[in-house]
Amino acid sequence: MIGGLFVYNHKGEVLISRVYRDDIGRNAVDAFRVNVIHARQQVRSPVNMIARTSFFHVKRSNIWLCAVSKKNLNAALVFQFLYKMLEVMGSYFGKINEENIKNNFVLIYELLDELLDYGYPQNTDTGVLKTFITQQGVKSQTKEETTKITNQVTGQIAWRREGIKYRRNELFLDVVESVNLLMSPQGQVLSAHVSGRVLMKSYLSGMPECKFGINDKVIVESRRAADSSSAAGATKSGHIAIDDCQFHQCVKLSKFDTEHAISFIPPDGEFELMRYRNTKDISLPFRVIPLVREIGRTKMEVKVVVKSNFKAVTKVEVRIPTPLNTSGVQVICMKGKARYKASDNAIVWKIKRMGGMKEWQLSAEIDLLNATDKAKKWTRPPISMNFEVPFAASGFKVRYLKVFESKLNYSDHDVIKWVRYIGKSGLYETRC
Amino acid sequence: MTDSKYFTTTRKGEIFELKAELNSDRKDKRKEAVKKVIASMTVGKDVSTLFPDVVNCMQADNLELKKLVYLYLMNYAKTQPDKAIMAVNTFVRDCEDPNPLIRALAVRTIGCIRVDEITAYLCDPLRKCLKDEDPYVRKTAAVCVAKLHDIDPLLVEEQGFLDMLKDLLADSNPMVVANAVAAMTEIGESAQTEAAARMLTWSGHLVNKLLTALNECTEWGQVFILDAVANYTPSEENEAQSMIERVCPRLAHANAAVVLSAVKVIMKLLELLTPGSDFVQSTVKKLSAPLVTLLSSEHEIQYVALRNINLIVQKRPEILKHELKVFFVKYNDPIYVKLEKLDILIRLTSAANIANVLAELKEYATEVDVDFVRKAVRAIGRCAIKVESAAERCVSTLLDLIQTKVNYVVQEAIVVIKDIFRKYPNKYESVIGTLCENLDTLDEPEARASMIWIIGEYAERIDNADELLESFLDGFADEQTSVQLQLLTAVVKLFLKRPTDTQELVQRVLSLATQEADNPDLRDRGYIYWRLLSTDPAAAKQVVLAEKPLISEETDLLEPSLLGELVCHIGSLASVYHRPPSAFVDGRVAAQRKGLPSRAPTLAEATGAADAGAEVVPTDNAQNAKPAVSVIPTQDSLIGDLLDIDMSGGGGGSGITQQSAAPAVPSQSNAMDLLGDGLDSLLGLGGPAPQQPPQQQPAVGGGSGVDALADIFGGLSATPSAQAGFTPQLESWLPAQRGKGMQIDGRFLRRGAQLQMELQVRNNAMQQLSGFAIQFNKNSFGLAPAQPLSLNPLAPMQTATTLLPLHTKGQVQKMEPLLNLQVAVKNNIDVFYFSCLVPIHVLFTEEGGMDKRVFLSTWKDIPADSESQTSLGSYSHSPDSVSNLLQSCNVFTIARRSVDGIEMLYQSMKLCNGILVLAELKISGGAFTLSLKSRHAEVYSGVQESYLKILKSSN
Repeated sequence: MIGGLFVYNHKGEVLISRVYRDDIGRNAVDAFRVNVIHARQQVRSPVNMIARTSFFHVKRSNIWLCAVSKKNLNAALVFQFLYKMLEVMGSYFGKINEENIKNNFVLIYELLDELLDYGYPQNTDTGVLKTFITQQGVKSQTKEETTKITNQVTGQIAWRREGIKYRRNELFLDVVESVNLLMSPQGQVLSAHVSGRVLMKSYLSGMPECKFGINDKVIVESRRAADSSSAAGATKSGHIAIDDCQFHQCVKLSKFDTEHAISFIPPDGEFELMRYRNTKDISLPFRVIPLVREIGRTKMEVKVVVKSNFKAVTKVEVRIPTPLNTSGVQVICMKGKARYKASDNAIVWKIKRMGGMKEWQLSAEIDLLNATDKAKKWTRPPISMNFEVPFAASGFKVRYLKVFESKLNYSDHDVIKWVRYIGKSGLYETRC
Repeated sequence: MTDSKYFTTTRKGEIFELKAELNSDRKDKRKEAVKKVIASMTVGKDVSTLFPDVVNCMQADNLELKKLVYLYLMNYAKTQPDKAIMAVNTFVRDCEDPNPLIRALAVRTIGCIRVDEITAYLCDPLRKCLKDEDPYVRKTAAVCVAKLHDIDPLLVEEQGFLDMLKDLLADSNPMVVANAVAAMTEIGESAQTEAAARMLTWSGHLVNKLLTALNECTEWGQVFILDAVANYTPSEENEAQSMIERVCPRLAHANAAVVLSAVKVIMKLLELLTPGSDFVQSTVKKLSAPLVTLLSSEHEIQYVALRNINLIVQKRPEILKHELKVFFVKYNDPIYVKLEKLDILIRLTSAANIANVLAELKEYATEVDVDFVRKAVRAIGRCAIKVESAAERCVSTLLDLIQTKVNYVVQEAIVVIKDIFRKYPNKYESVIGTLCENLDTLDEPEARASMIWIIGEYAERIDNADELLESFLDGFADEQTSVQLQLLTAVVKLFLKRPTDTQELVQRVLSLATQEADNPDLRDRGYIYWRLLSTDPAAAKQVVLAEKPLISEETDLLEPSLLGELVCHIGSLASVYHRPPSAFVDGRVAAQRKGLPSRAPTLAEATGAADAGAEVVPTDNAQNAKPAVSVIPTQDSLIGDLLDIDMSGGGGGSGITQQSAAPAVPSQSNAMDLLGDGLDSLLGLGGPAPQQPPQQQPAVGGGSGVDALADIFGGLSATPSAQAGFTPQLESWLPAQRGKGMQIDGRFLRRGAQLQMELQVRNNAMQQLSGFAIQFNKNSFGLAPAQPLSLNPLAPMQTATTLLPLHTKGQVQKMEPLLNLQVAVKNNIDVFYFSCLVPIHVLFTEEGGMDKRVFLSTWKDIPADSESQTSLGSYSHSPDSVSNLLQSCNVFTIARRSVDGIEMLYQSMKLCNGILVLAELKISGGAFTLSLKSRHAEVYSGVQESYLKILKSSN
């Protein structure tokens, strides 16, 4: 398993170094710095082998997080762990940067002690960790308290402690979808998929059992098969076919597999309940039609039409890349504001209120410096869009979320529930 | 107040100050100091001198401070073992602390302190902690067993910790179970004793329990369990099926490691199920979506997933065949993701989706990253080779790319066009013109070699091929070997196609290659061409312009056993590197190779296989029946080389597998035939005699019915009479007058691998002879009787024949002449001495055959002046019969060639004392000339004599 864990700043100075296994020496710290951080060429893989030692790294802003091993360990596990560690650190002291890491190095060592034992990931749940590792140092605890902690850290429901009480039982569901699109210049959809996440904020007392219902075809159909009498209530249309979904640790996967029921005891506070992916019947909120003409060697003409295919008003940003040797740009647009941003090599077109079912056009003339350097050819990066719309492009719907708490006297009806749908742009690109 | 200030103290005398602070009375000051020490330690400063002072702070009841001190201890205990001992008591005490967090901390830390003295103190606390009431302590203790095992495996086995660990598998707490599983897996991989290894193997019952615990574990625990379960191979199909059913739900887990480990278990178990069954199909279907989902996770995880998908696609292409689009490259993907996606894209390409793929590849070929663009261009070529219907579109796409004049794109395109020419000969040569326009811009060896190959191959259709090649020739010395080799071959091809006006050119290139080049390969190939062209241009044409075997469409596929092994390592580093763990992990663990389990065949299948086997048999025989003697003019190694390089054009790494070509297309062309025969003859000649197929045993020599019969059975048993090739006449060794009435005639024989002395004893005396015994003097080859002489008493005028087995392990003394053997025979009358000459061929061993290239290199190694040539006279033997005859005396014909009616046989023999003798037997119109080469010239006369005897014997 993981033999050592190092954190470096952008200069390659070590901020944290924790060795778990004897086969990793101090020289490993330097090997990574020399061969990866200070490497002359950009390192082209997140896994590198240097002198029969494997280095896994992820980078956040200027911070390198690196796990080292000499064994044939589970690579997916290492990266998952590194991400988890970033998440844990983030929830303890906010942004991951040199300043914060230096300020909290004692805390980080303490966390590392708990997160990994002999290189094996242990409990990495932030909520649980916070019960006994705090920034103020560990308070002296009574015997009952510590037993409670250890039971929770190792227990079956490691993500929730007992005895939580709220005056108002409330829960929030956010369905956040990022819509990804790759379209050819001719308007053919090359690939489109929605990756959605269901984020839940739960403020519920006790140990509530939750049941979550969505309009997925498989789930709905199997439900219906299970109790055909109640099938009358379900509407026929409006089912979507989810390609794949993944659930938070708390969801009982075997139950999902056999009964297609999503049931769980939620952690307290905010967490990601589920992730899903959908590729069929996606309603694309926008369509971009590009037209690029190169007029001679010093001039280019760009025309971009944006169409909206839904009924709402929203904010939109379109980025139209320009060649590196652009000297000047004249833009005309009917709506919104468009500006050439030399630093980004792009025309940024912002429309504050894009109405539904509308079509707006932008045209631009781009003056180019005479390109002497042939090697620096412009590769026509795709036109990208940023937007946020108040609906789920996949058609995903929450059908119900029922809460059962047998021990405390509140019922499903007493829980206040909020549901919100957000469709964001992922990589929403049109080639030009 | 923040902690970052601790990083900034770099003054001199700092250690001294720290020391003072560590010993301060004030708690907070001590804590500050320890923090400073840890900060220094992190940055790599040596603070080991503070060891005793830091250890002093250990007694503190502050948990935070304790943790820091422990951290320090772990780092420096090894350098200061004697001082580390001081801390032991605290550890032992902490292991009994009422606070479970402290107990766990102590047991966690103590396992990390790798000091022998401390290890001894560890056992008792560890045993207690393994049975602690608190699960947090138990889960920590479980891992500690693994730590201890790493330090002292025998101690762990002796102290019974393995049993305790195994008990923890049944613990009520899921995390304890998970850690115990992890520890057991790790220990199991490096277990020292048989017993321990056996104890740590997973039983079906245990696996069943673990799968039940799966649902309650943390995500990491699930990974540990799945990885452990992957090591277990169920014995029955039903069991495998139920395991798959229980693992499948994990595919919906949010953690990619859990998903990949589940995929691993399922992929392995699928091997045990009936292929094509409904269950297998539905399981395969379930795998696809989770794998695709992994591609929307973080880039690093995508990378790991893509490397694994690459394996999975090779193992079970059906899983992802409809998911082509998810592997389309996104503009912002990091380069490592792009390259991997491209790889998989090509693997999934088929006639159905080629249009989409090609459009994408064209897009990629205009990107910025040079490596990626090159790979995209190469991919277009691979599409052309894979999907014939799309070849034309691919070629035109490549031509478009060549028009861009981007240097590396052009070069890459030329390399792949060469491969397309190989696959579809004479189809697209219209593009040669365009290629030739870009001749000047090619500066990479591979592209130059490819272009030269194209010119050579299509020399008859390129009007100025000679000029083009000549232009390359000017800088011959500066080219890389691969280009030089290609240039040499291309010019020879050109000469063979247009001999009239290119004589000068070919002479120039041959002299460049043979006289000025340093590279032996190049020189050798030059000489071969030279000799070929000068002796037999027709043969040269057959060799050089031979039809080339087809190239395979699937390239860079992993070899199946490696693929199987890697599938067993899905999710792990091995699957990322695409190398078996033994390639990058040290130690014993690596030596254990995993492999996919294979399904026990059902009855029906077994019979089917038997039937198939029966069908195969005749083919085998047919192959064996091929003529044994090679007709290759030169050694096959070089020819192999030639073809090899010719195939690839660029001399390796062209992206088209060369190695698979030869075996895949046997007897496709002349050249391949030659090779095939060469191989056969090699196999036939090289093996020991009894293994030879019966057809190869010639019934020359005795020719009696018994011999013929023996011949038929010769292949089955090593009957002595099977060796019938050549039997020398009896010689008179001891005349009766000298032996007081005892006359001895004799000869030496070799039957099977047994050296024998045949003695014919005749009693010419008037009285009975008895009490025979025999003894040899020391001799050159250490010959000695292997058993006492068994000869019954001999009545007057009676003759008895006996065979005396000999061995060659006796005492050695060089005799003059070399083959002289002094023998003493004793009987009831006296002791008689005589000497005889051992014919050297009985000393030739069955191991005398050798590989052609070994022969060639040995021949070359022996200096030319030690070569000895003699004329053997004229005989009526055909070369075949000679070689058969000699073969029976363990003179192995390695190769044979005929030039202008002169037959040359290349032969080798090995003496029982290891001396190698190489021979070239020239048969020119019945006249035999023998050239011998050996490091020991003394043996020449004997060998020549033996040759003479053998040749004469049956003439």
